[in-house]
Amino acid sequence: MKNLKRIFIYTFLSLAALVSIFPFLWMLVSITNKSVDVTQGRLIPGTHLIENMKTLFATVDIVPALANSAIIAVITTVLTLLLASLAGYGFEIHRSKGKDIVFNILLLSMMIPFAAIMVPLYRMFGSISDTAPLIGIDSLGAVILPTATTAFFIFFFRQNTKMFPKDLVEAGRIDGLSEIGVFFRIYMPTMKTTYAAAAIITFMNSWNNYLWPLVILQSPEKRTIPLLISNLGSSYSPDYGVIMSAIVIATLPTALVFFLMQKHFVAGMMGSVKG
Amino acid sequence: MNQPSSDKSKLDLPVSLRYKETKREKTGVFFKKKVGWLFVIVSVIAITIFNFYPMVQAFLLSFQSGMGGNLEYTGLDNWQRLFSDPTFIAALTNTSIYLLIQVPLMIVLALIFSVLLNDPKLKFRGFFRIAIFLPCVTSLVAYSVIFKYLFGVDGIINQFLLNFGFISETINFLADPFWAKVVIILAITWRWTGYNMIFYLAALQNVDKSIYEAARIDGANAFQQFFQITIPMLKPIILFTSITSTIGTLQIFDEIVNITNGGPGNATISISQYIYNLSFEFTPDFGYASTVSYVIVILVVILSIIQFRVAGEKK
Repeated sequence: MKNLKRIFIYTFLSLAALVSIFPFLWMLVSITNKSVDVTQGRLIPGTHLIENMKTLFATVDIVPALANSAIIAVITTVLTLLLASLAGYGFEIHRSKGKDIVFNILLLSMMIPFAAIMVPLYRMFGSISDTAPLIGIDSLGAVILPTATTAFFIFFFRQNTKMFPKDLVEAGRIDGLSEIGVFFRIYMPTMKTTYAAAAIITFMNSWNNYLWPLVILQSPEKRTIPLLISNLGSSYSPDYGVIMSAIVIATLPTALVFFLMQKHFVAGMMGSVKG
Repeated sequence: MNQPSSDKSKLDLPVSLRYKETKREKTGVFFKKKVGWLFVIVSVIAITIFNFYPMVQAFLLSFQSGMGGNLEYTGLDNWQRLFSDPTFIAALTNTSIYLLIQVPLMIVLALIFSVLLNDPKLKFRGFFRIAIFLPCVTSLVAYSVIFKYLFGVDGIINQFLLNFGFISETINFLADPFWAKVVIILAITWRWTGYNMIFYLAALQNVDKSIYEAARIDGANAFQQFFQITIPMLKPIILFTSITSTIGTLQIFDEIVNITNGGPGNATISISQYIYNLSFEFTPDFGYASTVSYVIVILVVILSIIQFRVAGEKK
């Protein structure tokens, strides 16, 4: 009876693991096969990897798309981390009734569905396109701005600041640091792991963001990686080997981040609920 | 309005960590208040501009109508149009189906995985955890495209089912109104179950093992332990994950567009996709699109309140 139960559990978990991993295996095998082999369901690695990569780089503008995504993700991450940690620190360390009210109002914005504000945002960026083309429609700036300020990460930093030893603030003040100095010289270095966790989540979100770039970006040379893949995926005569190669390349950065920084990644997810 | 914070800091913190006021601070109270606002002001302004202001704009737009930039107030016309608009009704129905089937399915699966994987005697625990979590590293667009190919007419799922004799001829999953929805639900579940599992696993670490021992001594079997200890202990985190999943599924867009593009017909179209189509695919009708988008807002608010009530009632 006990053995039966164990067999059942292992079978169940193995099946779940197989289902979870299978699309990855298929993807990795497919980049080494010809398009025809992929459609025939070939699950054995082939020898077409180099050809697929060559075709990909020759026929698809994947390099500019990677560059656009990287620029957007890096700037978004830096901006988010800076603004959200400043605010989270301010709300917690310089706590006051007024700020608590403002904080709670900001939290409400977490419930706003993006679909509900995308039209007004689009019109807003449209109206400044002529005066400020760098943050107008079809600019990377317009992709970054609305996504770089989220109440979620302010909340995240505030939660984590609760663990920050407040005595350090006092020590900094006694050493003659300004309030801003305390933040940059003491808080930031102490909270490295919190920053790492937030950076991973922000980077991944930004790298994978689809709807807003789809709305605001128009010219093909501004396309980000998700837009490019979506485009490849909807083509009428798809070259599966090439498309899979593009998907693998697009997934590599986030997969790497995950495997190298697993602990921070999980800490980042947890940081959003604890406290 | 601004009070020194010492009396407010009744957080669940040990006394040593609580905010203490010093003499120097008291003298600098005025300055301190001001400088505190400096830390938060940029974020407050940015969130107001990029979240709250557009929310108000969308509300105003929902009473306007017209093509492109030529909008004029038409009162409740848009809101009335909702009820007689078959595409909206299809989008609302589909989104509700995704929500009602996918969120419970995923949460139950994630709970089962987390309970099984929390057993320290289980072998290959680390491998199972990573395997089940792995789908979370993919971008929504990338995995959607992969699912589209997997479930294509000549896709690998059809070949598998054919080879093993489960079906006698291929199923055109994505061209069938029923199967297309099933594929969407399977896809979202594949992508997010591991994500939710991680939350439960972390929460389970904090559950006192002696409770289970006491229950075992009292003769409670695994199922009773699951329903009478695990579920109640994890209630806050289950609530958290069901709210985030509900809000996420209500806004589902990437998967629909990239797996089925709403088809066949409007069999899989979601509310978000309909809003996008109204604004950017068809002749832009920003007014009506905003009305539809407010339906999501209302649903998010109502469902969040219900979930809070349900979770709170047995306290």
